[in-house]
Amino acid sequence: MEIVAQTVASGVLLGLILALSAAGLTLIWGVMDIVNFAHGDFLMLGMYASFFAWAVLGLDPLLALPGVVAALGLFGVVVYLGVIRPVLRGSVLAQIFATFGLGILLRGVAQFVFTADYRQIGDTMATGSFAVGPVHLGLPQTIAALGALIVSGLLFALLDRTTVGTALRATAEDRRAAELMGIDTRRMFALAWAVGAGCVGAAAGLLAIYFPIFPDVGAVFGLLAFVTVALGGFGSVGGAMLAGVLIGVVTSVAGLIFDPAYKFTVAYLLYLVVLVIRPQGLLGRA
Amino acid sequence: MRAWLAHLAAVVVIAAACVQPGASPAGEGQPTAAAGVFPKEVAIGAVYPLTGALAPTGVDLKNGIDLAVELINSGRSDFDLPLLKDGGGLRNLGGAKLKVIFADSAGDPAKGQSETERLITSDKVAVMTGAFQSAVTATASQAAERLQVPFVNAESSSPTLVARDFKWFFRSTPDDSMFAENFFQFLDDAAKRFPGQVAKKVVILHTDDLFGSDVNKFVRQFAEKYTYEVVGSVGYKLTAPDLTSEIQRLKASAAPILIEASYLADATLAIRTLKQQDVNFQGVLAMDAGFVDTKFIPNVGKDAEYMLTREVWAKDLGTRKPIVKQVNDLFRSKYGTDMNGSSARAFTGIFVIADAINRARSIDPVKIQEALKQTNIPAPQIVMPWDGIQFDARGQNTKGRGIMVQIQGGEYVTVWPLELASKPLIWPMPEWTKR
Repeated sequence: MEIVAQTVASGVLLGLILALSAAGLTLIWGVMDIVNFAHGDFLMLGMYASFFAWAVLGLDPLLALPGVVAALGLFGVVVYLGVIRPVLRGSVLAQIFATFGLGILLRGVAQFVFTADYRQIGDTMATGSFAVGPVHLGLPQTIAALGALIVSGLLFALLDRTTVGTALRATAEDRRAAELMGIDTRRMFALAWAVGAGCVGAAAGLLAIYFPIFPDVGAVFGLLAFVTVALGGFGSVGGAMLAGVLIGVVTSVAGLIFDPAYKFTVAYLLYLVVLVIRPQGLLGRA
Repeated sequence: MRAWLAHLAAVVVIAAACVQPGASPAGEGQPTAAAGVFPKEVAIGAVYPLTGALAPTGVDLKNGIDLAVELINSGRSDFDLPLLKDGGGLRNLGGAKLKVIFADSAGDPAKGQSETERLITSDKVAVMTGAFQSAVTATASQAAERLQVPFVNAESSSPTLVARDFKWFFRSTPDDSMFAENFFQFLDDAAKRFPGQVAKKVVILHTDDLFGSDVNKFVRQFAEKYTYEVVGSVGYKLTAPDLTSEIQRLKASAAPILIEASYLADATLAIRTLKQQDVNFQGVLAMDAGFVDTKFIPNVGKDAEYMLTREVWAKDLGTRKPIVKQVNDLFRSKYGTDMNGSSARAFTGIFVIADAINRARSIDPVKIQEALKQTNIPAPQIVMPWDGIQFDARGQNTKGRGIMVQIQGGEYVTVWPLELASKPLIWPMPEWTKR
C-alpha cells in the first residue's frame, strides 16, 4: 500500500510537469493547426537557459524562471515570424517539415555549442525531500509540480478571463469569423507562439531544478508531450492537464505492476484505446 | 560466343577465389627478413575513432600509443617495461623502429573495416590494432582475419569478440563477463574483511539496451557460480523521465546490495530518487558507464560518495605499482592530462605487439601470430592492474581483471583488488539520513 501511494504521488508530480509542457504544444495547435515538432527541443533550450543562468549568473532556477519564460516566449515569436509564417501558405507537409527540421537544427546547434556533456544544476533553493506519512516526496519535484499548477492556472486565467484570451480562443474556433470581428489573427498567431513557447519555458525552468540537461533531453519529454496532447484532445488545454496527470500516474503504477521497461507501453496502449473509443481525445471537441 | 565468355568469367572468378587464401600477405608485399637483413621500420596499423563524437577518446588512445612507441624506439632503460632495456627498437630485428600508421574509423564499423583493408593491403602493416568500439573492432578484425594479419585489440570489452573462432584475433583487455565476475570476487573479499556484514543477496538495476541486458545476464550467471542470490532485476527505459516505480521495486526486493548498469543521466536520476525515498543499501556496485563519466562526480556531488564502480584503470594504482606512476607522470608532462583506462590500455597493447614481433624475429604474419600465442608478460611490466598477459585459444588474455574504485572525498579511490588498494574500502555505505 505504501509503495502504491508513493508511486501514485510521484506519478502525479511528473504528470503535472508533462501537462504544463503539453499545454504549450496544444495551445499552438488549437490556435493555428500546426504541430510543433520542435517542441521537445524548445524544452531543451529552456533547460539550458536555466542552467546558464545558474552557472554563469549564479541565479537560482526558481528566480530565473520568469526570465526563462520570457526568453522562450520571445524565441517562440521569432520562430513564428522567421520559420512558421513563411510556410503557412505552403502545404501541410511543408509545415511539418519546417518544425521537424527546426528541431533537428536546434539539437545539432546545442550539441555543437554546449557539447554533448550532461549538465546538472547543483544545490538550489529546492533541495532535499520531505515525508507525508509513508510517502517521501522530493522537494524539487514537488516545487516543480506546484509551479506547473500555478503556471497552468495563469494560462487558464489568461485564456478565460481576459480579452486577449477570448480573442485567442475566437481565433482557434473560427479564424475567418474572428477576422470579421476585427481580431488581428496574425497577432494572435504570434501571441499563441509566445504563450505556447512560454509554457514550455516554464516547464523547462522547473524541470531544470532536478533533471540532467543535455542536447537530446527533448526526446525524453517530446514524445510524451505529443501523446499527452492527443490523449487530452488536440487544442484542449484542460485536456492536456488531465491527460498529463493520467499518463504520469499510469506509467508509474504500470512500472510497479509490470517490468518497468514496459511502463510507457502501457501509457501508449491507454492512448490507443482512447483513440479508438473517443478519437477526439478526452476533452477534445468532436 | 556468349556462353564461352560466361565460362571464361566463371573460371576467372573461381581462380581468383582459389588464389586469394593461398596468397599470404607475407609472400606478396611483406618481405620476410632473411638472417641479418632486417627492415629499418616495422609498420603497425591502428584504426580508431579520430573524428566524430568519440574523437576525444580517439585522442586519448592515440596519445597512449604514441608514448608507447616513443619509449620502445628510444629504449628508455629507466622504465621497467618490456624491450626497453634493449637499447632502442626491436633488438631481435636489428634495432628496427616501430612506426604506427593511424587511420580514422569515425566510429563507423564499415569505415573501420575498409580502413583496415587499406592499411594491410597498401601500407603493408605487419600487425593491426584498434578499434575501441566493439562494433568497429568486430568488422575491422574480420578484415584482418580474411587477409591473415594479426589483430591485437586492447580496449573493446564485448564478450562476443572472442567467441568467433578467429585465428588472428588477440585481446589483451578483460571483457564484460570477466568484469561481472569481478563483482562477486570483490564481494567475497569484502566479506572476509567485514565478516557478517556483506549479504549474499543482490538486486540488479539496468538499462534495457544491449549494455544493460548483457550486464544483467552476466551478473546472474556469475551470481550462481559464487552462490549469491539475485532477488530481482529491474530493467528500465533509457528515456524514462522518472524512476520512482523502479526504485520502489528495488526497495520492495529488500536486497542489501545493488548492482547497477546505467548511463549518466539515468544514474543521476536513480541516485537522487534513492536518496529522496531513503532507500539504503550496504553497497552500490556499478558497471562503469555513467558512474565513471568525467561529469558523474561534479553532477551528482556529495551523493556520489561511497558508490563503488568497476574500472579498468585508475591513476592511484601508482601508489602500489611504481611503474604506473612513472609512466603516468611522463604522460602528463607530454599531454597535460592524466592517463585513463583508454590510453593505458592502448599503451599496453603496443607493448604486446612489439614484444611479439621481437620474439618472432620477423615481420612474417604467421610467425608473429605464433609469437602472440606464446605471449607471457608478467604483472610488474604492465601499467594495468592485471596478473599479466597470456592468451588462451580464443585469443583472450586470461590474466586480466578490473578494479573496483570507491568514491571517497570526491575522488575515485582504488579499493580492490586488495593488494592494489590505495585506501581501505568503506563498508557498508552510511544510510542517507546519517550522512
